[in-house]
Amino acid sequence: MTAPLLSLRGISKRYGEIRANQAVDLDVAPRSIHAILGENGAGKSTLMKLIYGVETPDSGEMLWEGAPLTLASPAAARRQGIGMVFQHFSLFETLTVIENIRLVVPGRTAALTARIGELGAEFGLEVDPYAHVHELSVGERQRVEIIRCLMTDPKLLILDEPTSVLPPQSVAKLFDTLQRLRDGGVSVLFISHKLEEIRAICDRATILRAGKVTGHIIPREHDAHDLARMMIGHDMPEPPPMTPAQPGETMLELIGLTYTPDDPFGMPLRDLALSLKAGEILGIAGISGNGQAELSELISGEIRLPFDDREQVQMMGEPAGHLGPADRRKLGFAFVPEDRLGRGAVPGMSLARNSLLTAHPQGLVRHGLIALAEAADFTRRCIADHDVRTSGVEAEAGGLSGGNLQKFIVGREMMLAPKLFFLAQPTWGVDIGAATTIRQKLVALRNEGVAILVISEEIDELFDICDRIQVLSHGRLSPSLETRRTRPEDIGRYMIGAGAAT
Amino acid sequence: MSAALIWPKLVKRERPSLTITILAPLLALVAATLLNLLLYLIMGKDPVAVFHAMILEPFISFPSFSEVLLKTGPLLLIAEGLAIGYRAKVFNIGAEGQFIIGAIFASALPVWYPMATGQWIWPTMLVAGAIGGAMWAGITAFWRVRLRANEILVSLMLSLVAAQVLNYLLLGPWKDPNGFNFPQSVMFQYDAMVPLIIPGTRVNASLLIALALALVAYVFMQKSFTGYKLEVGGLAPRAAGYAGFSEGRAIWLSLLIGGFAAGLAGAAEVAGPIGQLQRSISTGYGYAAIIVAYFGGLHPIGILFSSVVMAAIYIGGDNALVSADLPIAAVRVFQGSLLLAYLMATTFVRYQLVFLRPVSGVAP
Amino acid sequence: MIALQFILSGMLAAATPFLLAALGELVSERTGVLNLGVEGVMALGAAIAFIIVYHGGGHVLAFAGAGLAGLLLSLLFAFATLGLQANQVAAGLAIGILGQGLSALFGKTYESLTVKGLPKLAIPGLSDLPVFGGLFVQDSVVWLSLAATLAIWATFAFTKTGLLLRAVGENPKAAHSIGYPVNAIRVAAVAFGGLMSGFAGAYAATVYTPLWADGMIAGRGWIALALVVFGTWLTARIFLGACLFGAVSLAGLAAQAGGVELPSQLLASLPYLVTIIVLGVISSNRRLLKLNGVASLGEPFKP
Repeated sequence: MTAPLLSLRGISKRYGEIRANQAVDLDVAPRSIHAILGENGAGKSTLMKLIYGVETPDSGEMLWEGAPLTLASPAAARRQGIGMVFQHFSLFETLTVIENIRLVVPGRTAALTARIGELGAEFGLEVDPYAHVHELSVGERQRVEIIRCLMTDPKLLILDEPTSVLPPQSVAKLFDTLQRLRDGGVSVLFISHKLEEIRAICDRATILRAGKVTGHIIPREHDAHDLARMMIGHDMPEPPPMTPAQPGETMLELIGLTYTPDDPFGMPLRDLALSLKAGEILGIAGISGNGQAELSELISGEIRLPFDDREQVQMMGEPAGHLGPADRRKLGFAFVPEDRLGRGAVPGMSLARNSLLTAHPQGLVRHGLIALAEAADFTRRCIADHDVRTSGVEAEAGGLSGGNLQKFIVGREMMLAPKLFFLAQPTWGVDIGAATTIRQKLVALRNEGVAILVISEEIDELFDICDRIQVLSHGRLSPSLETRRTRPEDIGRYMIGAGAAT
Repeated sequence: MSAALIWPKLVKRERPSLTITILAPLLALVAATLLNLLLYLIMGKDPVAVFHAMILEPFISFPSFSEVLLKTGPLLLIAEGLAIGYRAKVFNIGAEGQFIIGAIFASALPVWYPMATGQWIWPTMLVAGAIGGAMWAGITAFWRVRLRANEILVSLMLSLVAAQVLNYLLLGPWKDPNGFNFPQSVMFQYDAMVPLIIPGTRVNASLLIALALALVAYVFMQKSFTGYKLEVGGLAPRAAGYAGFSEGRAIWLSLLIGGFAAGLAGAAEVAGPIGQLQRSISTGYGYAAIIVAYFGGLHPIGILFSSVVMAAIYIGGDNALVSADLPIAAVRVFQGSLLLAYLMATTFVRYQLVFLRPVSGVAP
Repeated sequence: MIALQFILSGMLAAATPFLLAALGELVSERTGVLNLGVEGVMALGAAIAFIIVYHGGGHVLAFAGAGLAGLLLSLLFAFATLGLQANQVAAGLAIGILGQGLSALFGKTYESLTVKGLPKLAIPGLSDLPVFGGLFVQDSVVWLSLAATLAIWATFAFTKTGLLLRAVGENPKAAHSIGYPVNAIRVAAVAFGGLMSGFAGAYAATVYTPLWADGMIAGRGWIALALVVFGTWLTARIFLGACLFGAVSLAGLAAQAGGVELPSQLLASLPYLVTIIVLGVISSNRRLLKLNGVASLGEPFKP
């Protein structure tokens, strides 16, 4: 092996009690695609922030082309030739593409525009330089980020979970771009938790578990079982067994749901139709930003329709479009939103007080006053029944890990004994253990006759637990597809808006 | 990288520090006192005399302390009302205007019926004042909920308008015909005055009302579900939306409570120590109460203490004017620096200062 | 016609305190920092400038002193809110009260004293126009303020600095992750805001009404804050708004001079009432505010 481009020796970083990285070693060869594999919370993002100069390590040594490297800032990293594409992009929505690029790349606008065109053609990254970022799709935004990095002529390009925002077809295109970059002399550091894609594209891989390196390997020489064992210590858990659905009464129906958001950056929804019966799980696939946020607020009641349009949302057989969240809960509805902190839970409040948020009608309020003992009792049961790891009912919600807080919220909502249960992105940022638990509970609920709706970006997840899938793309909903008779590629076609053509 | 670079950094604590929560106001008070004494020294005043007049006298002299109690009433009332809104992140800074309108509403009765008698008069005035204050704050609520206008600016502008309304009445229709053309109303009749409770002082029953309402505020903020809903709206507005707590209702409630309390305080002021409607009914209570609310940590018990402190600063300022020739504006300087010092100190409830060591193990 | 001429010739001067303060606040808010202390910073600047002019220091030194005082007071605000993460609303109010207190304290012995303002400079040719001629006879600070307006507009429209200010206000996290020192940029913007508010106060006290009276700023700092919202954070619209308020504050005088019988208190309230009404009209257009607004306004940023 040639001398590495980048070497890390014994890098450690901690945030308070959490040891995000412990004595991490890493060698990235020139002209290679190198994967960092690990599940949510394994410390991948922290490591990338250290390499990109966003954070500084507590201890350890970094070498760049054989020489010691200290990075005080991302600007310093860029000067060395390190570029990064963030998972949640670092773009400014109200600015145009070219303005976003000017903030990072020196040069005159005309020259930059020409360069954007060249790079676009060379690497298959076409974008309109004068478009405002808020008008672009998620995939286009990713292209802007990659171009912005490429314009600083990096020797190393870091991509944080780049495929999570792409439909399957676009993933192939991204991989093609990355391979062209490697052949052009750029090394790529590719962060992911998806085993198959790492085997497909990466030359080498470093695997992280709980902040520590558990292996340096050549991915093609190992199968997914090996990778999983290194990543989580055992095989990937089996999806819960699915018996054929026993559909009951219709619990949720959208009839021509049409909505234009106030927010100019929002996605209008056009003529959505779906029907969900008791005892089945319906999945809504698609990349967020295609109307997912709007749809979830319309179903939860956080956005209420005008009284005249109330029939567009039917819950338990009643028109519900005009009802607020509390009234919908009275009908037997429960909801787990996509953002845990600040929406599903109040970070600065104790778990007991967070129980009150939606469970207050369960006898937690008496004569207008908070019934402290009952609230604590409810919370204790939730913690015990749903395996929430925490110091107790008085722990602040903001102090829990993503997976544990999600288990708390899912548990709290399940304790409302809903007839219709709606979850948006239930396993975003959740570790595999917690994600598996949550999926198992959903299938169990379905078997008990609850109607469940899941919005998710993870196609695999939807295939594991859903009876049927519909795709939300560009504010429109595809017809219902039976999971057993559908392949991921079919879903992908709807995601890029080409579903009807086949 | 030079190893000498040691830069303090704020790091979030595992949990909020109770010690600092209690210490912060004391530290702020000490810091503000020292800074202001330094300022007086620079201005050529005798800091010892000022300290005695301003800080000690309000507490060691009974007549002075009774005046402190007198001023505590309105400050306590207004601040408890404001704090409820501030916790919900509804920033009503127009309590001054709500206070003035409350005073005007209360004064209508004795101005229009100067000969009326009966013990029903002063309670009616207090109720009228509270309603007036709530109505004036209701304009802000309407603007915020219906038109989405910023409540900070609207409530403040309405305070400036209220001051002009007061001027108009005192120079025009409500001017005392026998008042030598002074901008003031007639003196109110005996039954229009809130009864005194401590003989030999001006302290009246409105202090008891304020204390009782502080207790109500305590239950409301700390124990009631409605108070909880407001708090969720302030801490995490999207969580309130998710739970289905109406934002509009929270804004209305916050502003109406704030206006009610400020209006009541305004009424108690004209029906109490002043005894007529005049230009200087407020001396900035509405603004000082903002400081009282924050300095009390937006907590009903904390506000009880902070209103006494703020009242003492007022009386101390008056004393220092007389005995040490300190301009009365010094009170505002003290108030401003106290709030600023307190806000800085409370940072350390949730954060601690860490001195970053140079990164070890990395070659320079 | 006379009233119109009166308003046209006085409008720009009356608008200048609003304009200077609003431009400063615009820059600060563009980066995401809401400084509610403008009224107090203006008051402090006014007192400092008046004292300097009164003692013969001249207007240049007076503006420099007022600007410096405003800058320092705003840095105190920046330290509390950006350094120590204090609540911006509360800290802004504290700065406002502190500034007003210091203003009253320093200005106490100058109550009702007067100083000489600045001479008017006419633009040859244009100033002889009928009706509109008065617009082109203004003091030097007005001309400089117009130049500053143009400069700030151009900064936001064309320069990388302008882009950066907007970027920090829209998404401080992204600005940080691409390597910009978010809080340092915000401190600089707040300091600039304080400088401009200091100038605004100096103009009000030593040029526009060169007479000292406690509380002479009389809500103009608050109206400047409202102007930033009216102008939907756009320089040109803020300029137009300032002119509107300049005209409104003169309309009262013009009406009185014209013999219109209105209570003087109503005229005094006019700018406040107009503020309330315009605020309602502009704010109800949510799309407009969302498109031009500052996403992170008032939110602390912790890297």
